[in-house]
Amino acid sequence: MSTNDSWTVAGRTFTSRLIVGTGKYKDFEQNAAALVASGAEIITVAVRRVNVSDPKAPMLTDYIDPKKYTYLPNTAGCFTAEDAIRTLRLAREAGGWDLVKLEVLGEAKTLYPDMRETLRATEILAKEGFLPMVYCVDDPIAAKQLEDAGAVAVMPLGAPIGSGLGIQNRVTIRLIVEGAKVPVLVDAGVGTASDAAVGMELGCDGILMNTAIAEAKDPIRMARAMKLAVEAGREAYLAGRMGRRMYADPSSPLAGLI
Amino acid sequence: MSDSATLSMISITINGEPHRVSAGLSVAGLVAELGLNPKKVAVERNLEIVPRSTHGDVMIVEGDQLEIVHFVGGG
Repeated sequence: MSTNDSWTVAGRTFTSRLIVGTGKYKDFEQNAAALVASGAEIITVAVRRVNVSDPKAPMLTDYIDPKKYTYLPNTAGCFTAEDAIRTLRLAREAGGWDLVKLEVLGEAKTLYPDMRETLRATEILAKEGFLPMVYCVDDPIAAKQLEDAGAVAVMPLGAPIGSGLGIQNRVTIRLIVEGAKVPVLVDAGVGTASDAAVGMELGCDGILMNTAIAEAKDPIRMARAMKLAVEAGREAYLAGRMGRRMYADPSSPLAGLI
Repeated sequence: MSDSATLSMISITINGEPHRVSAGLSVAGLVAELGLNPKKVAVERNLEIVPRSTHGDVMIVEGDQLEIVHFVGGG
């Protein structure tokens, strides 16, 4: 089973279930090395103004080959559907990619998604031929609505973006997994390897993270830890965990005791 | 520079900043003059995307509002 355990989003198949961000790294070299260690095949990127006063400044694409990795342009920093759509239209023009990460934020303090705007943007983007993977609240009804609106993946937060608090509501993440026909990925909130494993043990198709790797003391080592955690969590989910008991149950036989 | 180029200058806005550029530049010409790699950027002119295939045809005129973007690290 485990040798060929791939997943598919919008008709594209990937082996790695870890998607990593490319923000907050010390430099492009560290970012690229962490990416290799993570084993990720998809990276999220942001769309920003070029610095016209320094056109020869190094660019992300010089260090991370867009032909080798799937670039997933995001709408980080967008607080309205219009801003997000405008950003993704530019991203499609810059890179030619229609698989995108939509996030429409509600407020700076929590970076919680504005679900009304997110849903509206999802509908419009899907009509324009985009394939939006959508950052959302951990609400099974909202996830359904996004799916109906054309989301090719739903990506509920485990905890606020950049908080590193771990998955706060396993029940709702599991409810989303059980109800979804599209891939479910935990996006945001992972702090350390066990958090990623928890998400995968809940049956998620993958995990998206940035800060947990980039802000680790040794980002490259943490990237490897996340790769292993995602794989371990996936294996544990496929293996099917034992039942929980209130009391002890000895592992050694009672028969034949001296 | 195309044949239509003159010595006159026009005022435009690039990424929110005022700029003076030669009159008669196409979008492709402007991108080249700024020293940018046209394959790595996207251009929006007056809130409308300029498809890369038309960069050579779309002319920059006085008062244009341009956004030139590329990909940077993000989560």
